[in-house]
Amino acid sequence: MSPVPATRPQKRKKPANSAAPDPQLARQCLYYMSLMREVEDRIERKLYRQGKIVGGVYVGRGQEAIPVGSALAAQPQDVLFPSHRDMAVFFVRKVPLGRIFAQYMGRQGGLTRGRDGNMHMGDLSANIVSIISALAATVPVAAGAALALRYKGIDGVAFSYFGDGSTSRGDWHEGVNFAAVQKLPVVFICNNNQYAYSTPLNLQMAVANVADRGPAYGIPAEIVDGNDVLAVYAAAQRAARHARSGNGPYLLECKTFRMTGHSAHDAAHYVPQGLFDEWGKLDPITRLEAAILAAGWEDEAGLERARAAVHAEVDEAVAWAENSPFPDAASLTDGVYESQ
Amino acid sequence: MPTTYLEAIRQGLWEEMERDPNVFLLGEDIGVYGGAFKVTAGFYEHFGEKRVVDTPISEGAIVGAAIGAGLMGLRPVAEMQFADFISCGFDQIVNFAAKCRYRWGAAVPMVVRAPSGGGVHGGPFHSQNPEMWFVRTPGLKVVAPATAYDAKGLIKAAIRDNDPVIFFEHKGLYRRIKEDLPAGDYTVPIGVAKVAREGSDLSIITYGAMVWTALEAAGKLAEEGASVEVVDLRTLVPLDRETVCASVRKTSKALLLHEDTRTGGMAGELAATLTEAVFEYLDGPIVRVTAPDTPVPYSPPLEEAFLPNVEKVLEKARELWRY
Repeated sequence: MSPVPATRPQKRKKPANSAAPDPQLARQCLYYMSLMREVEDRIERKLYRQGKIVGGVYVGRGQEAIPVGSALAAQPQDVLFPSHRDMAVFFVRKVPLGRIFAQYMGRQGGLTRGRDGNMHMGDLSANIVSIISALAATVPVAAGAALALRYKGIDGVAFSYFGDGSTSRGDWHEGVNFAAVQKLPVVFICNNNQYAYSTPLNLQMAVANVADRGPAYGIPAEIVDGNDVLAVYAAAQRAARHARSGNGPYLLECKTFRMTGHSAHDAAHYVPQGLFDEWGKLDPITRLEAAILAAGWEDEAGLERARAAVHAEVDEAVAWAENSPFPDAASLTDGVYESQ
Repeated sequence: MPTTYLEAIRQGLWEEMERDPNVFLLGEDIGVYGGAFKVTAGFYEHFGEKRVVDTPISEGAIVGAAIGAGLMGLRPVAEMQFADFISCGFDQIVNFAAKCRYRWGAAVPMVVRAPSGGGVHGGPFHSQNPEMWFVRTPGLKVVAPATAYDAKGLIKAAIRDNDPVIFFEHKGLYRRIKEDLPAGDYTVPIGVAKVAREGSDLSIITYGAMVWTALEAAGKLAEEGASVEVVDLRTLVPLDRETVCASVRKTSKALLLHEDTRTGGMAGELAATLTEAVFEYLDGPIVRVTAPDTPVPYSPPLEEAFLPNVEKVLEKARELWRY
């Protein structure tokens, strides 16, 4: 059996970024994507190897355009349900960087105060709901949040993120169907990175695209170049406008590639090297930098200054997290219930 | 006019919906049809489709959506048509709802109503008592009222609670028991057991429909000269260990009774609690009367053999009393 499904990047007429030029938006996108790349590199390639992160590490290297483009398209009242490769959602919502490092390091300053690790975090003050490990479990929860927004008369949309593998779970189908039947304001955003741990798409589903599932639920679906942040931004805006206008949910399939193993301990030998090489040429950060240079919005020295600023910001956040204490073991049983 | 157990739950839901516009219901066939057991009959007409949501057959989506709505500050009450189907929403309850507060400090005010219990010839998938799946999941509260008064007071308390509550309502009690309820608003606190009958020779500790079995057995034993105390747990989590232990300190003998199956049942936790806390007071072995470790069978002679009843309680209680 061939391990290579139709996972090569499709030939595009326009390889560069497709949305209308907006230098301010482009700079914002570049900042958040670079920040996510740097934070995750620091976590996976430094802190994890130094033993400062005791649990699993799952990064979104190569997929940064999806959380950045979509979260920037969201409005403040929108509720976001990031999956485990969508870290930039937290940055866009201004969650302090130090708290995210502290989360990975099991420190008191993390969003879960050491009760959970990695991307298993949420912050209702930022309208972000935490993922759980059972993938797709957040899909019906996002539908419920959307129902609550409508119930309260809030003009908000729930952004429900998941990977290709999640669409095999019953919760995904139940959640999408319920949202469709109720015409709830949900944007379903698939990071189709073509592998679920080691399982390629052709062993995950018998349809060619996740978007093909949309019509079965009576909802519009669209395939987007998930490595083009401005395309993701524009598509997420379209999708959110549709949902916000009372037309029900919208499914966005962002085609991308997981440029790592499933986790820090997975070398991904099961992925043909050629796929990494081909998708590497479509890196969303490199592409946006090239577009920015080509448009003359920034020169190479300006990009270098921006990179250095991100590096310094991350240094500061890591230092903050390392100074955050570990939780007190005496607090073990606190907070299971409202009052105990 | 006496109010049935079913009507008491209905009144509790109705009053909470009138009191708090954030309370809403979702579940299968609960709206236009009024629910499989008619607990929500008339709600759709009065409160409208926004607050009485008929859902697809999707327990995962029902519970998941309730969690999402709860996180956003609403107070959803999700109905499982039968407690047996709660397994289809299991992950949402035990992994999502139960752990939110502990993990990231997010409250999930949510009630899942679960019509449970046998004696109605429902067979293996319409008769179960799956409370222990949730009793051993930290973060959930579990209640199981036996009386109409408690059913109304506890459903209202559950709706006002800021933690997820699994509400087991026994189908066999729906129309079988009734009592006069006080006029006006009242709640019954979650986590507080009740001495349903006072006695001094032996304690029967139970909950749900078995409270009535215990009371009937206690009445018969009184004729034989035994003074039996019946403790109605009312809430399984948080467990009112103090009321349980106080009763056994008084009577020195404990018979643990539940309709659920034996292994890993509530009686095991109660026995361990009593052994740890009041061992010095015990004048006899801790005795269990439970269903056997089988699925709930359909045919009447099999189901009768499965369910604990007054005769089975009397037999074990007499032995313990004479011990």
